Amino acid sequence: MNKLLVHPAAKPVVFLLCLLPFAWLTYGAFTDGLGANPAEFLIRATGDWTLRFICIVLAVTPLRVMTKANALARFRRMLGLFAYFYVVVHLLCYSWFDMGFEWSDIAKDIAKRPFILVGFSAFVLLTPLAATSFNRAIKALGAKRWQMLHKLVYLIAGLGLLHFFWMRAGKNNFAEVFVYAAIVAVLLGWRVWHYASKRKPKETAGVRGGSEKSLRSSAG
Amino acid sequence: MSFHSRPHGRSSGFIHPLSSEITPRAVYESRRDLLKLMAGGAAGAALASFAGREAFAQATGPHKLALLPGAKSVVPGAQTMEKLTDYKDATSYNNFYEFGTDKGDPVKNAGTLKTRPWTVEVEGLVKKPGKYGIEDLLKLSAQEERIYRLRCVEGWSMVIPWVGYSLAELIKKVEPQGNAKYVEFVTLADPKTMPFVGSRVLDWPYTEGLRMDEAMHPLTLLAFGMYGEVLPNQNGAPVRLVVPWKYGFKSAKSIVKIRFVEKEPSTAWNKAAAQEYGFYSNVNPNVDHPRWSQATERRIGDGGGLFAKRNKTLMFNGYEAQVGQLYAGMDLKKNY
Repeated sequence: MNKLLVHPAAKPVVFLLCLLPFAWLTYGAFTDGLGANPAEFLIRATGDWTLRFICIVLAVTPLRVMTKANALARFRRMLGLFAYFYVVVHLLCYSWFDMGFEWSDIAKDIAKRPFILVGFSAFVLLTPLAATSFNRAIKALGAKRWQMLHKLVYLIAGLGLLHFFWMRAGKNNFAEVFVYAAIVAVLLGWRVWHYASKRKPKETAGVRGGSEKSLRSSAG
Repeated sequence: MSFHSRPHGRSSGFIHPLSSEITPRAVYESRRDLLKLMAGGAAGAALASFAGREAFAQATGPHKLALLPGAKSVVPGAQTMEKLTDYKDATSYNNFYEFGTDKGDPVKNAGTLKTRPWTVEVEGLVKKPGKYGIEDLLKLSAQEERIYRLRCVEGWSMVIPWVGYSLAELIKKVEPQGNAKYVEFVTLADPKTMPFVGSRVLDWPYTEGLRMDEAMHPLTLLAFGMYGEVLPNQNGAPVRLVVPWKYGFKSAKSIVKIRFVEKEPSTAWNKAAAQEYGFYSNVNPNVDHPRWSQATERRIGDGGGLFAKRNKTLMFNGYEAQVGQLYAGMDLKKNY
């Protein structure tokens, strides 16, 4: 597993995979393949993909620990940046197709409608995370502060879910919202459990002593 | 001749020749192409778009369902001049939650709906209650073609040539009593053929209602067809309501019961989210939905595609001249 993940082609392959939804949407937009309301389709699909990438990036650490495929960590930054890429496209589609780039209307919409405000806040909060994703930023901030900043992703995931929930609220159509919420809850729950089990090594030392060390050394 | 032999999927005894059948198909189709060219080339060529509209009305159907032609309606406001939405868009982008909440679901899932036999029960404060078979309803009055704008509460709109007659024709026949102030419409909720009726998205069956004067307004249409054919299942076969000055969800689909009542009936969307969907639900650009503005709308299939500008939404969906007096003196912000 690790061998495959450190292969020189692994990163370009993952990069192209992450671009596939964008390529598929672009192709659809130019070939009349997005149904009767292509603007709505684009806005919703890019929102979906933002949430999916947030789930994927949150899944990296649990997967890495559970499978001991530590090389998975190489992909976390790229996946996080793709979440940002899709939220930017989402925002662009909304600004363009829904609001016709009327900036004053957009500002009014953000101020007036809580569900837009919440979505916009998630985008704003994600911006410093994307902006500090290069190595020099980590050095400049110091690893600890950098990590604190990047813990905002939990808040962002929550706001993203609330945005989605609110958008569906009027139509009582929550099935998909709950699926994403459940995924985020499981990934967050795993972290809480993982952290708690690390903090009480003595109680479980007999059973976990061996794996405890490797968990700690790979925690991130 | 071959152009007479269209397949009649569910022939129900209401097949008459269309002018498109009398004109050889190749001829009218090439005429349609020419008109499309004209309409596309010369923006604002009202004549071309008007003629093009007629050609569209005859030629955009799938020619799979039973034909249901209607004579051009003379009811004021019943002949909107905008370009028709493509049949394909109007039949593949639908809200019909009994078949799923995604707008692509109804076309996928509504094939199971059985539209024959079908009866509509008329009950409540009415002198002639009873069960009316769909065949009798079809013959109750002359079928008219009406080209209406349909504005969805979600901010999109279509232009659809419906076929049917004024609901008032039916109401007059069943003779409501003097104390009947409202009409309630109940639509089919059959868990065997409607996969989403088991969900808790709405309180099934779907119910809608109109005040008596709204129900009696000549524009309020009891529709059996669209684009010269019977309604496709996903569009509310075999009989639905079309109330063109109200948001689309007021136009109940696949109706099984019409009830005359004294009190304002509770309606499905009002029960689900009262703060968002009022009883009246008149199209009103000045009253926003809590989560989006209603000032503009996206016209489905107006040719501009993804980059088309949104249209300004008109008061009462552009039918103010016809229906405005129904609401004289009412606060439409309160009675949304």
